[in-house]
Amino acid sequence: MSETNSIISPENIVYKKSPVLLDNTMHYCPGCSHGTVHKLIAEVIEEMGVQDITIGVAPVGCSVLAYNYIDVDWQEAAHGRAPALATGIKRLLPEKVVFSYQGDGDLAAIGTAETIHACNRGENIVMVFINNGIYGMTGGQMAPTTLPGMKAATCPQGRDVSHDGMPIKISDLLAQLPGTCYVTRQAVHTPANVRKTKKALRKAFENQLANKGTSLVEVVATCNSGWKMNPVQSNEWMEENMFPMYPLGDLKDE
Amino acid sequence: MAKAKGAIVVDTAACKGCGVCVTACPTKVIELAAEVNGKGYHYAYMANPESCIGCSNCGIVCPDTCITVYRAKAVATA
Amino acid sequence: MRELKLMKGNEAIAEAAIRCGVDGYFGYPITPQSEVMETLMDRAPWDSTGMVVLQAESEIASINMVYGGAGCGKRVMTSSSSPGISLMQEGLTYLAGAELPCVVVNVVRGGPGLGTIQPAQSDYFQSVKGGGHGDYKLITLAPASVQEMADFVELAFDLAFKYRNPAMILSDGVIGQMMEKVELGEFKPRWTNEYIEKNYPWVTMGKNGRERNIITSVQLEPSVQEAFNHKLQNKYRECEENEVRYEEYMCDDAEYLFVAYGSSARICQKSVEIAREKGIKVGLLRPITLWPFPTKQIAHYADKVKGMLSVEMSAGQMVEDVRLSVCGKVPVDHFGRFGGAVHSPGEVVEALENKLIKA
Ligand SMILES: Cc1ncc(C[n+]2csc(CCOP(=O)(O)OP(=O)(O)O)c2C)c(N)n1
Ligand code: SF4
Ligand code: SF4
Repeated sequence: MSETNSIISPENIVYKKSPVLLDNTMHYCPGCSHGTVHKLIAEVIEEMGVQDITIGVAPVGCSVLAYNYIDVDWQEAAHGRAPALATGIKRLLPEKVVFSYQGDGDLAAIGTAETIHACNRGENIVMVFINNGIYGMTGGQMAPTTLPGMKAATCPQGRDVSHDGMPIKISDLLAQLPGTCYVTRQAVHTPANVRKTKKALRKAFENQLANKGTSLVEVVATCNSGWKMNPVQSNEWMEENMFPMYPLGDLKDE
Repeated sequence: MAKAKGAIVVDTAACKGCGVCVTACPTKVIELAAEVNGKGYHYAYMANPESCIGCSNCGIVCPDTCITVYRAKAVATA
Repeated sequence: MRELKLMKGNEAIAEAAIRCGVDGYFGYPITPQSEVMETLMDRAPWDSTGMVVLQAESEIASINMVYGGAGCGKRVMTSSSSPGISLMQEGLTYLAGAELPCVVVNVVRGGPGLGTIQPAQSDYFQSVKGGGHGDYKLITLAPASVQEMADFVELAFDLAFKYRNPAMILSDGVIGQMMEKVELGEFKPRWTNEYIEKNYPWVTMGKNGRERNIITSVQLEPSVQEAFNHKLQNKYRECEENEVRYEEYMCDDAEYLFVAYGSSARICQKSVEIAREKGIKVGLLRPITLWPFPTKQIAHYADKVKGMLSVEMSAGQMVEDVRLSVCGKVPVDHFGRFGGAVHSPGEVVEALENKLIKA
């Protein structure tokens, strides 16, 4: 133990909490991907030195209180309307950095029109999209991205595609729009994936500084409470089941 | 016995015991404690401190950013 | 001297917005108010004042773009007509809940449903009684001329910022489409970011060294939400105390009173003259603010007149507030054509005779 004690000293720190992340304990369930993505956004904001000029837009969903965790100015949107708020902010303050943060219900169901048109206009913003295939906040109901056969509170027998249609791969759709400059799909369940997601977020924010248009970073995520598994099982289940439907990688990078 | 190259400090009060770091550690340093913290979670701790290589994997995947990682500077040997 | 121009009510809104230094307009086309955005696009203020003008994909999007801009302390507005304003109700309650100032113009058309593109005044309830969910109020101004369409843009912004609350200009297709001479205001510069941050410390423009600001309407803790609601209600009481506006016409010796706003008030002015030629002493009280409502002033007439007629292009909405104001002391009735039809001055006088004088 003495060895360990001698290593634990400030000059040896190789990984610590970003000062852009506030000390408030996150309200998320243990192992929830939201926390990991928040931390990456905070790190990118810190490393790029844009904390003082960044405005975040929080959604309705489990991350409704995202503003309690990342130390920047925030606006809380109505369910699905974050891209419209971000449009209003960025159009009036083009020199500031604006990002929205949304779940799959928020971005790909109730807010589909706002999402598609913000991307189509090429609003110069970053959109972070957490796709956990379920409505976490309201207690695990079916999302537009719920997998075929996957059980949720409003499809207890599993999603029946003849009744509810197939899951919507909205990022593929958004990549078709001329306004998007960067559309990528990532995950945060392993250290390597976390590193890649951070790079993707960094690129997205840099695109905004370079006035390139809309950057969308989808993170295929777990909702272990909604999925009724422990966090480690959720990560395995995600690899096996979510990734075939939502393969990771860049969909567009211009 | 392996000589530790790294070390971690877990904010045990904040840890929610999700266990993601346990899986992420390449050298099986971390386990979840038998006892629980103030919130009732089995928090993560260094069960095998001598194996830590200071790779940061655990810190990086921790959703609640509870882990600070340290790595000893390489010391020139004779 | 101020510039005089002949223009439509809807054009006057656009012209006034540019001149008083509005920062942004977000809208979606709908008759009878599309000229607002058309005029703005034609005048291209982004080249002169720097004002942003954007056609949104829906009224839901436009009101939420307004929310985003308002949260930055910018003076932003939208305009629409009844069906579009219905879509904005969610945004309006969020704006009120987040205490954000903005201006929304409703050039009312007949409903319900898609209704008609002809003028109406049937969105009174929606404007002054909520429309969206929760205990909130919209400051509501009712212009009765093209001049007031122009003047109320700046007034609405002043009130919205004074009370940190959305303000509505409740107009109708008659005023929106009518052409009149307008005296236009001087061009005023838009507020600078420095000015906004100094005077409105709650804005989100990037934290820049200070504590972060959060624009939100969510409060999970009921006691905190209740305390916030008390704060809102106190603000509304203050607004009711200070901001009631109305106009009186020939009320001094009146035995009967018309209560009417907007284009109905213009019609009633003519009705007063016709009635007086017939020897009926009638006056007109025109509420200019529909919320806060001129309750006290109407109550004051309850002891003086024999009856009141609320004249509205609706099936009878404001009449309820007139009744509440007089507390049963005097008979109050309603008259109005609706669903896109407009009453004539003569019809109004006839209604007064039948409903209040002969009865
Ligand atoms: C207009 C409206 N409809 C419904 C809701 C209820 N609601 C809150 S969050 C949510 C779904 C959230 O799911 P998602 O966006 O996937 O985010 P997650 O909670 O999974 O992170 C719903 C339906 C609401 N707040 N507002
Ligand atoms: S319900 Fe799901 S999405 Fe919400 S905090 Fe819990 S794990 Fe995360
Ligand atoms: S730093 Fe690496 S080796 Fe050390 S505990 Fe964390 S994951 Fe394991």
